[in-house]
Amino acid sequence: MTMTLIADAPVDVDAEGFLTDPSQWNEQIAEGIAADYGIPELTDRHWLVVRFMRERYLETGNAPSIRALGKESGVPVKELYQLFPKGPAKLAARIGGIPKPRGCI
Amino acid sequence: LRFAPATISAAADGAARFARKGAGMTRRQIVILGGGTGGTMAANRLRRRYDADEAEIHVVDRDDRHVYQPGLLFVPFGLTTVDEIIRPRRRQFRKGISFHEAEVEEVRLDRDDVVLGDGSVLPYDVLVVASGSGLQFDETEGLTGPGWNERVFTFYTSSGAEQLRGALDRFEGGRIVVNFVDLPIKCPVAPLEFAFLADWRLRERGLRGRTELVYATPLDSAFTKRTCAEHLSFLLEEKEIELITEFNVGEVDGVGGKLIAYDGQELDFDLLVTVPLHGGAAYVERSAGLGDALGFVPTNRSTLQAEAKPNVFALGDAADVPTSKAGSVTHFEAEVLAENVARYFEGDELEAGFDGHANCFIETGFKKALLIDFNYDTEPLPGHFPTAFGLPLLRESRLNHLGKLLFQWVYWHALLPGRGIPGIGPAMPTTGKQYERSPT
Repeated sequence: MTMTLIADAPVDVDAEGFLTDPSQWNEQIAEGIAADYGIPELTDRHWLVVRFMRERYLETGNAPSIRALGKESGVPVKELYQLFPKGPAKLAARIGGIPKPRGCI
Repeated sequence: LRFAPATISAAADGAARFARKGAGMTRRQIVILGGGTGGTMAANRLRRRYDADEAEIHVVDRDDRHVYQPGLLFVPFGLTTVDEIIRPRRRQFRKGISFHEAEVEEVRLDRDDVVLGDGSVLPYDVLVVASGSGLQFDETEGLTGPGWNERVFTFYTSSGAEQLRGALDRFEGGRIVVNFVDLPIKCPVAPLEFAFLADWRLRERGLRGRTELVYATPLDSAFTKRTCAEHLSFLLEEKEIELITEFNVGEVDGVGGKLIAYDGQELDFDLLVTVPLHGGAAYVERSAGLGDALGFVPTNRSTLQAEAKPNVFALGDAADVPTSKAGSVTHFEAEVLAENVARYFEGDELEAGFDGHANCFIETGFKKALLIDFNYDTEPLPGHFPTAFGLPLLRESRLNHLGKLLFQWVYWHALLPGRGIPGIGPAMPTTGKQYERSPT
């Protein structure tokens, strides 16, 4: 675990750059991370997904999967891939300041 | 902690309701939905715990075919047959368990009853949801369209595994893609095991030089647990299996032989072996307040009490607890679940007894296998299971392969009857594990 500066704020991150303490997160940090990962501006649709992920994580301790996102966030899976290229669940978790969703082996 | 107030008040209610059993007022009604691994173990453990005059136990399942699901992996390679891994469900139950072969229409949480497909109603004092997870073929465009069971296969059903066996027998070289669409899936290591076994079979048949073997995963590596990545990544290289990560299948073109990702990437195949998306039983989604968006039951990860109501419990693949959907997990859960159902009836505090323990044999081909053992908090570690004199962990060995083969006998004769294996309790054993990283 290391400390780094994102949007001028000191935050703790893991080896892959995911925030390890969700309480250090704020909207400027989200925008900073998004810009680093090729999303120059977070639209309302981006925010809807990021906030949904974050709330769900804080509530249950688990980040929702891409499928749960597609079914429950109101943003269909295809659009999720347009909003967050490559791995939407992973990138939205990164931007939302919550740990990386994990597999089991 | 979130459940504590509800648990206590309902437990007190439970105690009041059931304290009079000596006076012959009440016989506990336990209804278990699902007669697979979890449902059968739960029913048999509860039957051992309660005499016939103390509790009625009902199990509901839509058919009478109990599949030893780990065996499905071996069917395509001719190492077992479907007949050898399927037995009647009703014969796995102890005496005094009522088996209902019926569909479940709905669970009515507000009335504490279950409506069956024929309209009949089963009231319960305690409900156990053990209906596993099903395959959702329709969620992936084109999956079961033209080419299905011709060049697009899954071994996650008995008929699919049999058809894939024929296709592998006829295979004369080309490009095989092994894939799972997304987590959660049952036995998450099975697709990787399939790739390892396919490599072995193709080498034996002298076809490996003419075959490209590709493993495409939606995750960012084949092994996402650190210790597994450290100890096991060499396997893919050694077996010359091409790894493609973060491939999120949106569509299958079975005629053109293309796997198409949501982001537009394409993967060509001559033979596709995929694992469809999984979801909980359809009735879970139909029952207000019981399940989540994928049809799994939100469940306390330590007590196995469902969030929906204090008299509802869940185990196995049906529960949303954050560990692998695997038979070993279900077996460890069953012991905790039976204890907590009893505590609920007695009005006692539930035991936070399930630690996420999972234990999986991983076939690597050439009559060898690995064993991994982990829980919510501990990654798979090297060492031996269950003690320093047991099976090697995180390392290929012939002993582990034999263990995997013998396991089917243990499953039918010890685990399902609810006996367990002497010396192996639900909690993950710590002796035998190397907690400090070894240089191996």
